[in-house]
Amino acid sequence: MSNVLVVAEHLNQSLKKSSLHALEAARQIAARTGGKVYGLVVGSGVGEIAKDLARHGADEVLVADDARVEHALAETWSKVIEKAAREVSATYVVAPAGSQAKDVLPRVAVRLEAGMASDVIGFGGEGAELTFRRPMWAGSVIAEVEVTTPVKVLTVRPTEFPQAQAGAEAPVRALDLPDLDTPRTQFVEFRQVKSARPELTEARIVVSGGRGTKGDFSPVEALADELGAAVGATRAVVDAGWMPNDLQVGQTGKTVAPELYIALGISGAIQHVAGMKGSKVIVAINKDPDAPIFQIADYGLVGDLFQLAPELQKALAAAKG
Amino acid sequence: MNFELTEEQIALRDTARKFAKEVIAPVAAKYDRTGEFPMDVISKGFELGLMNLCVPAEYGGLGLSKVDQTLVVEELAAGCVGIATSMGANDLALLPILIGGSHEQKERFVRPFTEKLRFASFCLTEPGAGSDAAGLSTTAVRDGDHYVLNGSKMWITNGGVADQYTVFATVDKAKGHKGITCFVVEGRPEGLGIGAPEDKLGQRASNTVALTFENVRVPVENRIGEEGDGWRIAMATLDFSRPMTAMFAVGVGRAAMEHAIAYAKERKQFGQPIANFQAIQFMLADMATELHAARLLTLEAAWLVDQGKKSTLQSSYAKRFAADTAMKVCTDAVQIFGGYGYSKEYPVEKLFRDAKLIQIYEGTSQVQRLVIARELLK
Amino acid sequence: MGRIAFGATEENVKILCGVKRVEDPDQKIKVNSDGSWIVLDGINYKPNPYDEIAVEEALRIKEAQGQGEVVVVSIGTEESVTEMRHAMAMGADRGILVKTADRVDSDAAARILAKIVERENPDLVILGRQAVDSDQAQTAQLLAEYLGWGQATFAAKFESLESDEEKAKKPGLQVADGKVRVIREIDGGLEVVDVQLPAVVSTELRLNLPRYASLPGIMKAKKKPVEELTPADLGVDTAPKVKVRKLSSPPERKAGIIVPDVATLVEKLRNEAKVI
Repeated sequence: MSNVLVVAEHLNQSLKKSSLHALEAARQIAARTGGKVYGLVVGSGVGEIAKDLARHGADEVLVADDARVEHALAETWSKVIEKAAREVSATYVVAPAGSQAKDVLPRVAVRLEAGMASDVIGFGGEGAELTFRRPMWAGSVIAEVEVTTPVKVLTVRPTEFPQAQAGAEAPVRALDLPDLDTPRTQFVEFRQVKSARPELTEARIVVSGGRGTKGDFSPVEALADELGAAVGATRAVVDAGWMPNDLQVGQTGKTVAPELYIALGISGAIQHVAGMKGSKVIVAINKDPDAPIFQIADYGLVGDLFQLAPELQKALAAAKG
Repeated sequence: MNFELTEEQIALRDTARKFAKEVIAPVAAKYDRTGEFPMDVISKGFELGLMNLCVPAEYGGLGLSKVDQTLVVEELAAGCVGIATSMGANDLALLPILIGGSHEQKERFVRPFTEKLRFASFCLTEPGAGSDAAGLSTTAVRDGDHYVLNGSKMWITNGGVADQYTVFATVDKAKGHKGITCFVVEGRPEGLGIGAPEDKLGQRASNTVALTFENVRVPVENRIGEEGDGWRIAMATLDFSRPMTAMFAVGVGRAAMEHAIAYAKERKQFGQPIANFQAIQFMLADMATELHAARLLTLEAAWLVDQGKKSTLQSSYAKRFAADTAMKVCTDAVQIFGGYGYSKEYPVEKLFRDAKLIQIYEGTSQVQRLVIARELLK
Repeated sequence: MGRIAFGATEENVKILCGVKRVEDPDQKIKVNSDGSWIVLDGINYKPNPYDEIAVEEALRIKEAQGQGEVVVVSIGTEESVTEMRHAMAMGADRGILVKTADRVDSDAAARILAKIVERENPDLVILGRQAVDSDQAQTAQLLAEYLGWGQATFAAKFESLESDEEKAKKPGLQVADGKVRVIREIDGGLEVVDVQLPAVVSTELRLNLPRYASLPGIMKAKKKPVEELTPADLGVDTAPKVKVRKLSSPPERKAGIIVPDVATLVEKLRNEAKVI
């Protein structure tokens, strides 16, 4: 009987949907191990977030609500998560794979003397003996790994697990903070990229631009807006400073699996494909008929995106009306 | 017999390869079109130590072996042989000084090139003296503590950007090659005329000009070796530089072959990639075989230079075979591309034009054969 | 732990960087016939790209300070010396090879590095955010916890890689008054943190563009010292906490079609794929 602790991810006073995918992954583990699923919310003024988490299938939710843990500093959060894990006798500590958990969870792993598997996309093994499937070499290879320690820490790819459904609200209780020494790291500021468009990792449709845009993202954005889609970018675009890092899709950017991914002026390098090949339908528009993206696109259109993207946008608008 | 590269040689080659791929190749077509001198590319290459490869450590150079140097230039030439020639021409101009000059002359005329980006030109060929280089007519007449040079030179690489010229002139035409003497002309002295850049078929990123000498005064201290030593110095220079030229040919040929392979895999005719057809496969097989043979001939010649052994025969084998092979490979590459090979939108027609010059400069393929025959029939 | 914090210029700074030998990320990686590992035949190796960025950053900080030492550490077989020589050709001063033929997981790597840190006493440890073979992205954070140090992961900078600042080789990490200010790329934007030295930082792609190994650098690197140790010398047991059992290929997407025009595309997306 092995319990699972899910560490929620939240931003700006609301639970990120990624936490619900992680909760579902935790339920899958618990179903095999016969354990309970505990949620954990750490932050300041996070009462509502905890209730939201409690409504989505956790057996109980712990809240560490304190000004001292307002910012997700790995040094402090890892101590809190450790305490929660010990209190609920967690064998598994799970979080959605995002920059927050990647930063914090390894320190939790050390504190729990646990091995950690990153970016888990599924489970293998028999019964309560779970193994973890995760990508290696930018997703060219899927590895089945075993964590040999009694406690196992993992981050899970939200795109690979369904969202936990809302239901009855589980109990929420406060978690007292452990001793927190003055951390050696201090938060200074957060320059958030704000956008009215849907969040990249949650959108049903993503329109991305690559080097072929030559810095002019207007056709990408216009098409995205016509479709109510999120906007994504390749590494080349972000490196050149044309678009902010938050939009990068790829091996070290975001992994997305929308219903429709439209790649404009993107050549299809392995590192970019790693972040979007789980999309249901891929459309590629590129001037170069030999671009590797056409090998993974369901529908390819060879030509100039500056001509074809507006044409596509017009055709879609006409079809709507 | 060890055919393996050392770790260090791999590192040298990899830096040159990365530079060729990231800095040279992206702008090669542009410079070919405009004929503009690629100063920005060359400056970056200089910063990385990719120029003046022949200069030994005691005069500020890297002390690379000739083998090391050829490994580097193959990569640069695969990026663009015109740009590689622009970067490599200093070596041709500095070698005569390293071979025949005094210690002070090496300090004065060679070391400064390792400290700041500068260009030097090797001036042997004349309008009336190409293959018959010994028949040169530029004269050098002693006048007190100077020589006065009169004559003209042709097809001089970097002549329009250089500020140092290694000039071969005769002190006595009646003595034939025994009158030829080597001089270093510094800066832009009075009487030195520099022609407009030649409008060439290929290697258009390389600056090639005619020079005229009208009573150009050169101090006696700038004479390299003794009067009459010039021919020996020029021939020794060419023995040392021939493996480099041969490796330029291997580089341009390799680039053409790589383009042809990639194209053959993508291009479909009759329902399949043309790479499936024997006619194409046989061409590619011959390209690879002959380029590698050229590479090995060149490495052996370079190795002999490093051993201090006579390398005339092997350098000629290498230059002759590599230049002719590169031309054949580039011609076949155009053929594999078919109609697209004939268009400037595709890279191989430039390589075809670039390769042709290698059969001509630094001793034509015909002169190389004469050199080989002469050695065989001794 | 670590030396007295530095801040004024002209003070010696010591920076430790990890350099991992990895398969060249631009090659096609395939699983071998029994799934025990990938096909290694014909594979080229290079330094982990994030580690090169780490070394570049270390060199910039040293150059900005005017003096200091950049030490690179690699864990692996003798072949890893090649990657360390590349770092030394860029300008790193010396190398330490922790020699082992075992596959060392992120945790064992962190424990080995912790021992090296104890011996070397650096002011700053800069690692890549992840190795492009395992993609675990844990070692820097694990190391920071083992050392009890602060950490700043995914270090980047505000200016783009095409900016004048980058061309001028401006460091992204700002070291002053015993702290390092790091701009971190996180979900949602850029976060700025200050970490007391000594600290562990991990690099993101947009921190800098690593310099080439110049030819003079390559020649000098030949003579730079490389110390060899084993995990046993450091008292570290490398038994993995995360063990790879089997490798398999991901499901392949079926090849699609090229459509001739926008009208056909719209029709297919609507009626065939049913996504609009």
